[in-house]
Amino acid sequence: MAGTWVIVEQRDGNIRKVTYEMLSEAKKLGDEVSAVVFGKSVEGLASEFAKYGADKVYAVEGDLFAEYNTGAYVAQLAAMIAEYSPNAVLFAHTFNGRDFASRLAQKLEAGLATDAIAVELSAGKGVFTRAIYAGKALAKVEVATNPVMATIRAGVMEVVESAGAGAVVKPAVAATATDVYQNIKSFVPTVSARPDLTEAETVISGGRGCKGPDGIKLVEDLADLLGAAVGGSRASIDSGWLGHELQVGQTGKVVCPNLYIAAGISGAIQHLAGMSSSKFIAAINTDPEAPIFNVSDFGVVADLFKVIPTLVTELKK
Amino acid sequence: MKVLVCVKQTFDTEAKIELKDGKIADAGINLIINPYDEVAVEGGIQLKEKKVVDEVVVLSAGSDKAMDAIRTALAMGADRGILVKQDTSADEYARAVALAAAIKEENPDIILAGHVAADDGSSQVPTRIAEILGLPHINVITEIEVAGGKATCTCEADGGTLVAEVALPAVISSQVSWNEPRYPSMKGIMQAKKKPVTTADAAAADNKVTIIEYAMPPAKQAGIKMEDEPEVCATKLAEWMKNTVKVEV
Repeated sequence: MAGTWVIVEQRDGNIRKVTYEMLSEAKKLGDEVSAVVFGKSVEGLASEFAKYGADKVYAVEGDLFAEYNTGAYVAQLAAMIAEYSPNAVLFAHTFNGRDFASRLAQKLEAGLATDAIAVELSAGKGVFTRAIYAGKALAKVEVATNPVMATIRAGVMEVVESAGAGAVVKPAVAATATDVYQNIKSFVPTVSARPDLTEAETVISGGRGCKGPDGIKLVEDLADLLGAAVGGSRASIDSGWLGHELQVGQTGKVVCPNLYIAAGISGAIQHLAGMSSSKFIAAINTDPEAPIFNVSDFGVVADLFKVIPTLVTELKK
Repeated sequence: MKVLVCVKQTFDTEAKIELKDGKIADAGINLIINPYDEVAVEGGIQLKEKKVVDEVVVLSAGSDKAMDAIRTALAMGADRGILVKQDTSADEYARAVALAAAIKEENPDIILAGHVAADDGSSQVPTRIAEILGLPHINVITEIEVAGGKATCTCEADGGTLVAEVALPAVISSQVSWNEPRYPSMKGIMQAKKKPVTTADAAAADNKVTIIEYAMPPAKQAGIKMEDEPEVCATKLAEWMKNTVKVEV
């Protein structure tokens, strides 16, 4: 085999954790592992990838790659694949990762398994388990086109430190300014001290039972105590208590944190689809019949307005 | 200008998924327009109402049943429909090839679609269509301004909000937060019956991805459920979080 490539997700040198998850998983599968990192000046990040087993680091540098843009990134990676022939290329299942992988897959007339939660690789073949219907069912699929490509869901694979050589390779720049077709006018980062919903170790979500901004405030207080992300069910998004980007469920984000706490969420099937693969689930709801209790490790039938303040006090002890 | 909206017919998002003979059971399941595509239909109709475009064409690849999805889009306000008959086992590549072939015949200025389908969750098809047609694309938009042969879009991005511009024609995919799709009016439903829908056979393309098997996710076992005074519950929950989950505060 000619190695597994992991496409790094980073912005301004901040590397998404899913990158390390993919490197660790690729290392476990045994083939040579390379990190491929794009950016204005990214060679300095190589040691970060070596820690998680990267034998090689392809540093693709230049002003053209300063920010993700589909045209230049696809042209460059297609040229590198032609030159180095990796067996498999793994992307993160982020907005950028799926955009990048989809356009590249079509350019190469190749198959692509998106949102994979399990990976098996062999020479010229990949078998991936994908969540379909937002996790209500699973599909095991085979991709045997060249190279084998997939996008990997964040938070599923374990991060394992293992030393790799991290040898830096500087590939020839094949993309040019004429490959760029999206004119990026601005990027405004979400102003939040909280972690990204899809990357967080702990997620606290509020639903209809929060009744309004006061209930959401309690959810946020608990989240901040735990360094957790805040999410919401469709009810709290549609009511305008939380932004759409925080919706957990079938038409929102799928999350699988270590701990998910559902506060005032009944557990409609669309919501369960977005969170039921979390490792630990706790639920606070006044309705003892709420379906959320069917998937909860620890359920509390009580009023969240009374439970959360005490919970915060107890956790601080 | 003309806008073409790609719609996929999917299971209702409230549907319970079950397996039958190793396949996803579809008996008795309500079929809808993929919610992300429905937003794209609404977006296309709004562009017509703002007189940015003068025609909204809706395109679907699928079985004869997908005609219902097209009629729903027509009832919302799209002008005419195209059904490309294709086996629903077509993968993202084969579907993109079939849709792109039909789009090429139409030569629209703006191609809209949902950024992901609620059933297979692939988020590949719009981007693949753009590549096949050699067009620019922008994914996951929440706003659009069309002027001077360009579309300027606000997009949900990883960790923030992006504003990007592309020259038309282009493929643009929607996020559900772009708009609130209208319900078809009774008048719209009556009119939709008379609106033209053409059918065509899908351009031939072999799947690139093979489905080996379907499975249900491991069933989650319900754990402790306690009913007591809120303060008592909270104390027990805190203990569980510290001792079992091992959260650090």
